[in-house]
Amino acid sequence: MAAVKYISREKLPEWLKALAAERRLLVPVEEGGAVVFRAYDPAKAPVFGSDATAPPKGSVFPASKELFSYTYGKEGEDAKPTLTLDPKTTAEPTVVFGSKPCGARGFLIFDRVYMGKKFPDPYYIAAREATVFVTMACDTVENTCFCHWVGSGPADPAGSDLLLTPVAGGWLVEAVSAKGEPLLASPALTDGAAKAAEAEEVKAKTRAALGEAPDISTSKEALLARFDDMDFWRDQSDKCISCGACTYLCPTCYCFSITDEGSGMSGKRLRSWDACMHFQFTLEASGHNPRPTKAHRLKNRVGHKFSYYPTLHDGLIACCGCGRCVKSCPVSVDIREIVQNAVAKAKA
Amino acid sequence: MSRLEELKTRIKEALPGLECVIGWQKGYDALHNTPLFMRSAEDVDKLEWGALNVHNPAVYLPTMAGKKVGVVVKGCDSRSVVELLQENLINRDNIVIFAAGCDGVVDLTKVKAKLAAAGTGAGVVTAVSADGKTVSVTAGGKTVAMPMAEVAADKCLRCQYPNAVLADTFVGTPAPQPTPVPSANADLDALDAMSVPDRMAFWRYHMDRCIRCYACRNACPMCVCRDHCIAQSREPHWLSQDDSVTEKLMFQVVHAMHLAGRCTECGECQRACPMDIPVLALKKHLNRTIHDLFDYQAGVDAAAIPPLLQFKTEEVNIKERSW
Repeated sequence: MAAVKYISREKLPEWLKALAAERRLLVPVEEGGAVVFRAYDPAKAPVFGSDATAPPKGSVFPASKELFSYTYGKEGEDAKPTLTLDPKTTAEPTVVFGSKPCGARGFLIFDRVYMGKKFPDPYYIAAREATVFVTMACDTVENTCFCHWVGSGPADPAGSDLLLTPVAGGWLVEAVSAKGEPLLASPALTDGAAKAAEAEEVKAKTRAALGEAPDISTSKEALLARFDDMDFWRDQSDKCISCGACTYLCPTCYCFSITDEGSGMSGKRLRSWDACMHFQFTLEASGHNPRPTKAHRLKNRVGHKFSYYPTLHDGLIACCGCGRCVKSCPVSVDIREIVQNAVAKAKA
Repeated sequence: MSRLEELKTRIKEALPGLECVIGWQKGYDALHNTPLFMRSAEDVDKLEWGALNVHNPAVYLPTMAGKKVGVVVKGCDSRSVVELLQENLINRDNIVIFAAGCDGVVDLTKVKAKLAAAGTGAGVVTAVSADGKTVSVTAGGKTVAMPMAEVAADKCLRCQYPNAVLADTFVGTPAPQPTPVPSANADLDALDAMSVPDRMAFWRYHMDRCIRCYACRNACPMCVCRDHCIAQSREPHWLSQDDSVTEKLMFQVVHAMHLAGRCTECGECQRACPMDIPVLALKKHLNRTIHDLFDYQAGVDAAAIPPLLQFKTEEVNIKERSW
């Protein structure tokens, strides 16, 4: 039986301070109207109410990560040039505190790509193993939430190490993984058994507020059937302005670009977030681009999440239903609508 | 007949000769409208006109070169169309402009703040009604009445052109000329009052949360380099992919400089920013400089040549010889 604890609102700063003393602690804070994950500062109260504007993706997969630095050297006219590489594979022990279940679940999609047998990624693995997710279950749902469409829910523990559920006066704290359990040792936490029933009620009520999810179980085939239907994709992408907001705010978008940034004899190799909404994403050295228009690019984004990825990975949809791509899109492109349109067209 | 119904009638009449007409429809919830590409009469029936039509449909026009398209515009949007015409970025023969008087649009960031102050949130909105003076938003079971003056976009508070400056079809009675509100330039005033190091600190603080999605650029009707922007090109290699404030701020400066004397202050860059970074102020500052030097305003006269697209041996307000 996993430990069940309780933390009161008053005691929370004590727990956070203790966590921050031993490792990097990232919490959602308000910055100029947006909510972003930043290193914990006891002077700045975290924002736990609504979901953060940007998910905690950068905690494990930074917007740009230095893979190694390089220096060329040359001793004397006839000597062979030397090359010194300094790889940066170590990761800082980190706790991500206060993400919603969807934000933590996003890394399950990453894991299959970067921790698989075929191409294990040492940078990702180091960061993933060094990071613990203390997640907060939702007690409200927004118009853009659709975690229940993709096999998740507002109290989904998958991808998290501890799960906190809001109850009167504080949160019930449940250990989800062995990695999370040591964090329960803080004296700020008390026994939570008496609050367990209330937490279950909150979970059930929040799940009920989402209502029934439409049946999108045929999305794999339905989207594939539309692959060559560019009129369909023109209609879906007409209003898209081809920016990267959806992609960069997505907890499951894992694509990257590699660039060498340096001058003269030294520099660094960076791995940076890339976005399939950008023209450069598939631009080939010849100048040819297999995805020349935004219709081709949006087709890829939706198809990847709801068809190609699940085909390769046991039906797992590469979307956690957080709704950021809908909510933060400058023109309100709605991925739910596109998937449903494809599903409906396949049935017709 | 209401403005909206008349717009629909006139668009349906014109539609057979056009690839499509760009306007707005209801979006995923009551608070969000979304751009609409009308290709059939059924599409036209979805058209909306009102305070939630926050987007500038002129942004799509340069991407549709060679096609004859219609566009429905607010006064501010029409200025972008005019500026695009001034720069020969679109062909007048291929554009049909539909317009009506505009009573202003909301700033969803301000609406969100009002809802949060009332103990509810923008994520749970179920109904919105607007009558030009008040916007009533129902969210989480609460109805919050917001005076339009408090939630209107800043651009509406300083609007001089509520009626399109150029239109082929203008329906209904023109909107009255609004009285400029002094607080409409509060952003520039605040920056002006700062010392230079404080101003730099302001931009570093705000640009730190930039995710480099380039929504500011892609929502801008005048940013026509699009797929070939130097922000992402490797040749020339002007910006690195480093996740640093320096790179992010550098792009904003590049964007603002490229828009000097071209920007109509439609505010799409700032509205589109998912991180709520106040990037419009940079363009407003440069526009103010252009106005002082050349007594010029972008996008009001299709026949005017923008000052940085022409050359005079002697400028009236630039005293090169009296240094």
